[in-house]
Order: sequence, then structure tokens, then C-alpha cells
Amino acid sequence: MTTPDKHTDKPAAAKRQRAKIRARAVNVYYGDKQALFQVALEVPHKQVTALIGPSGCGKSTFLRCINRMNDVIEGCRVEGELTIDGENVATLDPVALRARIGMVFQKPNPFPKSIYDNVAYGVRIHALAQNRKETDEIVRQSLARAGLEQEVASRLNDSATALSGGQQQRLCIARAIALQPDIILMDEPCSSLDPIATARIENLIAELSQNYTIVIVTHSMQQAARVSHRTVFFHLGRVVESGETTQIFTTPRRKQTERYITGRIG
Amino acid sequence: MKESRLRRRYRAERRYRFYGKAAIAFAVCFLFFFFVAIVSRALPAFSQHEVLLRVALPDNLLKNLSTAEGEDANISEGAARRMLDAALAQELGGGGSAHERRARRALLTPLAALDLKRRVENLSASSVSSLSPSLLLPSWSLSFALSSSSERFLRAQSGGEQVADPALSDMQRDMLTALDAKGLVAKRFNLAFFTRSDSRVPSAAGIRGALLGSLWALLIAFLLAFPLGVLTAVHLEEFAPRNRLSALIEVAIYNLAAVPSIVFGLLGLVVFLNWWQLPRSAPLTGGMVLALMTLPIVVVTARSALKAVPEGIRNAGLALGASHSQTVLHHVLPQAMPGILTGAIIGMARALGETAPLLMIGMVAFIAQAPATPLDPATTLPVQIFLWADHPDPAFSSRAAAAILVMLCFLVAMNAAAVLLRQAFERKRQR
Amino acid sequence: MLYASLATLFALAGLVFCLHAFARRHAFVKGKNGRIRRDAYSFPAASLTTGCIVAIASLLLLSLSLPLSLPLSLSSSLSVGVPSPFVLAGLCALFSACGVFAFVRFAPPSFPARAFVETVLRVLLLLSSTLAIATTLAIVASLLFETLRFFEEVSPSDFLFGLHWSPQTALFADDIGASGAFGSLPVVVGTLLITVIALLVAVPVGLFSAIYLVEFASSRTRAIVKPTLEVLSGIPTVVYGFFAALVLAPAVRTLGEALGLNVASESALAAGLVMGVMLIPFVSSLSDDALAAVPQDLRNASLALGATPSETAAKVVLPAAMPGVAAGVLLAFSRAVGETMIVVMAAGLAAKLTINPLDAPTTITVQIVTLLTGDQEFDSSKTLSAFALGMLLFCLTLVINAAALLATRRYGARYE
Repeated sequence: MTTPDKHTDKPAAAKRQRAKIRARAVNVYYGDKQALFQVALEVPHKQVTALIGPSGCGKSTFLRCINRMNDVIEGCRVEGELTIDGENVATLDPVALRARIGMVFQKPNPFPKSIYDNVAYGVRIHALAQNRKETDEIVRQSLARAGLEQEVASRLNDSATALSGGQQQRLCIARAIALQPDIILMDEPCSSLDPIATARIENLIAELSQNYTIVIVTHSMQQAARVSHRTVFFHLGRVVESGETTQIFTTPRRKQTERYITGRIG
Repeated sequence: MKESRLRRRYRAERRYRFYGKAAIAFAVCFLFFFFVAIVSRALPAFSQHEVLLRVALPDNLLKNLSTAEGEDANISEGAARRMLDAALAQELGGGGSAHERRARRALLTPLAALDLKRRVENLSASSVSSLSPSLLLPSWSLSFALSSSSERFLRAQSGGEQVADPALSDMQRDMLTALDAKGLVAKRFNLAFFTRSDSRVPSAAGIRGALLGSLWALLIAFLLAFPLGVLTAVHLEEFAPRNRLSALIEVAIYNLAAVPSIVFGLLGLVVFLNWWQLPRSAPLTGGMVLALMTLPIVVVTARSALKAVPEGIRNAGLALGASHSQTVLHHVLPQAMPGILTGAIIGMARALGETAPLLMIGMVAFIAQAPATPLDPATTLPVQIFLWADHPDPAFSSRAAAAILVMLCFLVAMNAAAVLLRQAFERKRQR
Repeated sequence: MLYASLATLFALAGLVFCLHAFARRHAFVKGKNGRIRRDAYSFPAASLTTGCIVAIASLLLLSLSLPLSLPLSLSSSLSVGVPSPFVLAGLCALFSACGVFAFVRFAPPSFPARAFVETVLRVLLLLSSTLAIATTLAIVASLLFETLRFFEEVSPSDFLFGLHWSPQTALFADDIGASGAFGSLPVVVGTLLITVIALLVAVPVGLFSAIYLVEFASSRTRAIVKPTLEVLSGIPTVVYGFFAALVLAPAVRTLGEALGLNVASESALAAGLVMGVMLIPFVSSLSDDALAAVPQDLRNASLALGATPSETAAKVVLPAAMPGVAAGVLLAFSRAVGETMIVVMAAGLAAKLTINPLDAPTTITVQIVTLLTGDQEFDSSKTLSAFALGMLLFCLTLVINAAALLATRRYGARYE
């Protein structure tokens, strides 16, 4: 298991500190109930940022704001400014936006189609390939990057639902990276998987972070410590503290953060 | 992301949503158009034009009535017709030739003479004196229904259109206009539609016989299908062991639900009429066929009602030492009864509208009398609609439309009752 | 007659009540060591059950052994060889009372009354459930019987593949076995023509309505529109037939003539259109269920990949719901094939082998109705041909429904 040691490499670190996603005064309401209060944070470029906090504190809600999946929920209202590469997401077209951002869900949700068709679906609707050969190449590459190619290369036409849980989740990751997104959002991707599958996905995340900006919501602090470069601690809809992972876990600035990390709350 | 492609995809999105809305709009518009068409066709059937005539009672009749005590007056149909002719001649003028008399009589319904005969026979001594203040002026003002061609002419005229109706001659049309101008023609609510049974004459045709036939058939269908359906459902849900017989029963019920209704009619024809020699055209036979058709619905709804009874009730009964049968009979079944009844009502509503199987067992004859028992020949409401719709006389097709409205009212009432029943018992359970 | 029946019913109810009370009293019996209680709760039920069994058995024996021409019918408003209902009721009451008394007198104290009652109950339940099987068997038997008699006179291949259907003329020409008089192919083609027109209306409208209601409509719209579509399924088919024959067929005819086409007065188009509208709720409601059963996860996955809601609906949700949708279409198909009243009122009687929707073909159900209503002997091959058609219809609908069931069972619910 590799630890992200990249911040010791100074020139690369300077390049990577550029903010990819920036949130300012984001408030989210479900009907009359407010779920997020004045959230402000920055997600740096090509690094893994973990959102941690007790359940129901708004981490998944914030994640869904980034690719505007909250629009799908009836009665949900998002206020404030959330920019990606300087552009406010509220002004962008959601369909185009979601093609630039990949999302992996808590429970693997492959389509009841073949493995090939699952990965090729996004490619086809956004017309990223001109012909069958190009699609094949994209599918192969995505499966390879997701670490699934060797296992399924011989049975691409089999149903995706026949794969194991861990394989299905990697398929969902392959499906997302087939669109060559800039950002990958992961909402507790390992919570329904066994430890070995979890380990494989965490390795995958480390590899992917070299090319993609990753935001991961996780319940497990150990996972956050293992996998991320930056961590943001949420509590009851507010950002309590955000900073470099090692700093948060060894010398947290806020009392609440310390209480959560040592297990007294959440 | 190419802009043009994105725009195309959004255009496709809008088109897709439009198709969905268009489909729904199509269905709703049809429904609306459908009701308007039926109601507009049915409206003429609810009113009946009548003409007021002064009928002179013949002298010998008056003498009979004034002298005898409580004796009914009896006249022949011919005599009644002559009285009618005299009244018409007095009002309309014109010659006394047989042709002209027939032309005048044709303005009224063909049953006018019989109607008059009946009304005279219902007279008694006391009512005669109340008719006219003195015996010097023995005349009686009565209303007679007009024939359907006369009605058509008057309706068209009041609607402002000129109808060249081949059934009426020019002379007849002038006579009608004259009567109308004198104010002797009135439009009254067609009560005969509800109080009389089928007839060859539209003005005397009503749905009473068909309604009673339907009610008898539904009653018998309910009495047969409800107990048998509930018992089957209880067996399948509570007692049936997992063996091939139970699987066979389930398959049989699924099949029965899918069999076209006309095949049930064929079954009724062969088994009920041919093998068992039950009376043809009777609500009993019709009810039995309808019971077989409603059985699958009752079974399916009863099963889901039984499944919905909470486990706790079963456990409580068993824990108190009641046997399985006793728990089911005393606790589960009463708890599920509202749901079962709802399903039965919905099944009955569907049976009310069934026509095809009843045609097969002969309920398609012309029945002019309401059935007194379930064994008398009868017809049902949907069959009556079918028979009247086929008739060339438009007065009958408008009566068919009116009968449709009556049937739809019954259906709405039954479905509403089922929904209310379900809601009432759900509320009771929550309390 | 009505009052007499009601009086008899009340009398019988009173009798049952008295017998019950009597049996209850005798549930307690003196034994050697004081009073022994004979399962007092179930004892009356057991005694009444015995009484019923005795009554039914005796009446059966009576009806089988005695000739029915005996003067048992006191007031006959029936022309059937069954004794008057009052005599029947009286005999019933007498036998059941005898049964109750015999039970009370002769049943030993250790008789397991509850077990007895429950066994009888279970048998009763089983018997009533087998009625469903009995009915299916009766349908098959009655149809098969008559069809086989028909096939004695007309060969099956002539019937199934013959191109000429005119049962009336066959009788007149007195050459019943002549090939061509009972060829059912034109009738089947006519049925299929009207069915296809109906499905062309019902499937797009029903499917698109269901997709719109499940994927795009707000819950308020759904709550209003869904019951409205259900209203369409509650209208009896004779009403649809009335509408088709008296409103739509003339309209289609005038429209066709205005366009210069030759339209029959009972065109397949009019009948098919109305039948299609009748089938809309079938397709729409079953598709709705199938679409709503697709888990939200799949939609989220598709939307997160940047698909528009309509792309999600068309490429992810609909294929996933396809077995249920297909089953709905197949059921609508079988309903259309078996539909009678709309076509009897709005379609033609002459069997023409045609696929022109402006013509007036006849269907299987219309032929069955015309051949069997009216006066005719039961044995003529004309009426028997109706049964052969009925058998054909039954087999056809059975196959289609089996296909629908297979589609849901084998291909449904594979989301795990």
C-alpha cells in the first residue's frame, strides 16, 4: 500500500497545489431543512481530497453539488458559489458538466448490460469515438486503468451483474474514466466491499491520483489517512477544519476535529 | 463537448418529453370526446314529446259509470281508437277518410289507442265526476306520446334545421307545426325509460327489465363467486401444502383470468344449457357464467388481502391455544374481510359490463317483461344496449346511449363504494 | 314467489338456530364420575356438520334413485325436471335435523369434535379450490368434444388452412365436406389485422405515457393522470363498441370519402382504433409497474455519466424494464384477439382475406357470435364450426399468455 508521499517532491508539489474546485458560502436546503451551512473549501488539482465526518453531516450532499446531481432530487436548493477551474457550475450545462466529472457510488450500480456496453455507454452518448475500433480501444484502456482488464478481457460480452462486488465497483470506475474526466468523485466507494477488494481500490485511487483530481467521501478515518493528500472535516453541515492529511490527523487545530479523530464523537 | 451535439441532444430530450405529453393528451382527449359524444346522443332519450288532446267520452260509457257502483268501464281497443280519431279530428280538422285518419293517428305513438283503453279502464265512478264539473261537457284532457318520427321532426325544427324526413308527409308536418303553434305540445321527462321494459315502440321502451335482469344475474354471480373465491383464497394462502395440486390450482386460476370472455359463454352453452338443461336466457344461467368469470379476480384480491394481515394477529391467536383453522376463521379472515369485499365489488363492477358470454347463453332475445324470478327469461343492461344500438330507428340508439349513462353511473357508484370501503377500513386500522 | 322464498329462508335459519342450541345443551353428558364435557365449543359445529352431510348425501341418493317425473313439483314455475325448491328445502331441513339428533344421541364422549370439524373444513376448502381446475377442464372438455365432432365432417387442414369461409352457403349447397367452405384463414387474418391496428395505437400511446409518468412527471401530475387512464379500463366494451359503430365508423367513412378513398361502413380502421384505445391502460399500467421497479441507482449512474434524462429513460431504464413491458404488450395482444363486443358492433360479417384497413374483415369472435345466436339445431356443422373457432381462440390466447408469463419469470428482476 503506497502512501502519498508526493508532497516531499517540491516542484511537483507546487504545481499540484493549484485549486481545481473552489467552494464559497455554499448553502444547501432540502425543502425547509438546511443541510449545508456556508461551506467554503478548496480541492487541489490532481490530488486526493477526503471528506470525513460523522454520518449525516453533509459530505455526500456537498459531493453531489460538484457535479450537480442534487438537481435530480426534488425540493433541493443550492446557493452560493462553486467553481471548477474558475467557472461557476451553476452557469454550466449540467449534461456537459457531468461528462467532465466521473462519479462512483456507494453501492456498485453497473447497468444490466454486458461489461463492454457498460463502459461504452458514456462513450456512445457523448460521441467520443468515431467508430467501433476507437470505442474498443477506449474500453480496453479504461478497463486497464481501472485494473480490471486482465480479469475480464476474455468475457467482455458477459453480463456485468455476474461480477463480484469488488469487480463491479472497479467496472463503475472504468465506466467513469472512459469519459476522460478531470475530476472523479467517490461516495464511500468501499463501504460495501470486503477488505481485500477495498485494498485493491485504494491502490487504484493512489494510481489514479496521478492523472485525476479525486474527491472521496469516507466514513473510515484510516482510509482517509491512507489514501488522501488533503482532508476536510465536516460536522453538522459545516466545514470544521481542512488541511493536509498528516496535519489533520497528527496535529488538528480544532478541538472538535481532535474529538472526532480520537473517536469521542461520530 | 461539441456545442452542436449537445444542442441536438437537448432537442431530442424536448422531443421525447413532447411525445410523452402528446400520448397522455391523446388518451385524455379521447375520453373527453367520448363522453361528449355519448351524452349528446343520450339527451334526446330523457325527454318525451306529448300532445294534449281533449277526448270525448261516449254517452253509453258515461251512463255506465254514473249508474253502476264501483264498476270498471271496459272498452275495446277499436272503440278507444275511434275516441282517439275523434279527438284528433276535432283538434286538427281535415277530412274523415280512412287515409287521413291514419295519417293523423300516425303522428302519435302506435300504442296510443292501447294507452287510452287502459286509462279508461282505470276510471271509476268517483273519478269521472271529478273530471268534469257537469255531465254536460264529458271530455277529458289527456296527454299522448308522439311517434318517434314526429319527435325527430319537432326536435330538428326547434334546432333550426330543416329535415326532409321521408317518414312524414307534408300534410303531417303541417299538422305537427299547427299543434305546436297552438301550444299543445309539451316536452316531459321520459319516466317510461325507467319504469318500463323493452318494447318495439321507442316511446314505451325502458330499461326496467334489463336492470332487474342485471341485478338478478349479479346477485347470483356474487352468491356463487364470493364464497367459492374466498374459500379458494383461504386454502391457497393458509392451508395448501406445497405440492403439485396446489401448483396446478394456481396455474388454473392464472389461466382462467386470461381466457377471453366469449369462451366462458361457450362453456355455458355446452355445459349449462346443453348438458344440465338449465333455462335459457335466465339470469340464473347468466349469473353462473359471470360467477366463473369473476372467480379469478375474487381469488387474487382475497389472497393479497389475506397476505396483508399482520403476523402479530396470527401469532396472538395461536399463542392463546387456538388451532390453525380457528385462528384463520376467527381472526385472520375478519381482519382481511374489507379488502376481500373491495375486490369482490370491483369484480362485480366488471361483471356488470360483460356482454359476450351472455349473448352465447341466449340472453339476446326480445324480452318485453321484467323477470319476476331468476328463472324467467331476461336480458341484462349491456345486452339491451347492444340490441338497441343495432336498431335503425335513431330513437333507439339514443336510448342505448342513455342506458350507457345509467350503466356508467352504476359503475362509478360501485367503484367509489369500493374505494371508500378501503379507505374507511384503513383509517379504522390505523386507529 | 319472492315472499315465499324469503319465508322459507327465515324458517331454515330458525331451524339451524334451534338445532345449534339443542346440540349445545347436549354437549354436557353425565358420565361415571360426574359430568363429562364433550368439547363444548366445537360440539354444536360438529353436530350441524353431520346434519349437513347427512342431508346432502340423502338428497343425492334421492335424486339419483327416484325418477324425476314423480309429482314432487308442487308449484312449478319451472319447466325443468327438478322438484320445487320448497319441497327441496323441506327435505333438506328434515334430513339435517335427523343427522343432528343422531349425532347427539350416538356420538361417544371422547369423539374429537374439533378435529372432525376442521377436517371437514379442510376438505371443503380443497374442494372449492379444485373448482378452478374443474372449470378449466370443463372449458377444454366442452370445446374439445364439439370440435372433434366438427372435425368428423371437415378435415382439420381444411379448417386451419382453407381460404374460404362461408358456413351459411355450405349448408344450402348441401356439400358440407367440400373444401373451402370452412377455411378459417380469412377469419384469422381479419382478427390479426384489427389486432395489429389496435396495437399500433395502444403500444406507442401506452408506453410513452408510462415513460412520461414514471421518468418525467411530478408526483402531482402522476396522481391525476394515472387514475384518468384507469378510467379507460373501467369502461365496458359494449360502450366502446357503441362508440365505434355509431360515432367513429361513420366519421372514418366520411373522412375517407372526402379524401377520395373507398372506405367500408364497418372498416377495420374504426374497430381497430377503438380497440387500441381500450388497450391503452393495459400497456400503460403494466409498463408503469415495470419501469417503476427499475432501481434509482441505475438512473443515478446514467445521469452521473452526463446522460440527459431522456437518454437515461431510453437507453438504461427501458431496456432494464423490457420483460415487464413485453409482458404487457403480449397481454394486450391476447386481450385484443379475444375481444368480442367492439368487433361485433363495428366490424363486418363477410370473411374477406384482406390486409386493407379500410375494408371490413370479420374476426373469430364475430363469427362465433353470429353462428351461435339465433335459432339453429345444435348438431349442424355450422354451429360446430363455431366451437372449432372457439377452440382455436382458446389455444391462441393460452399460448400468448404463457409467453407473457415466461417473459416475466425468466428475464425479470435481474438487477442484483
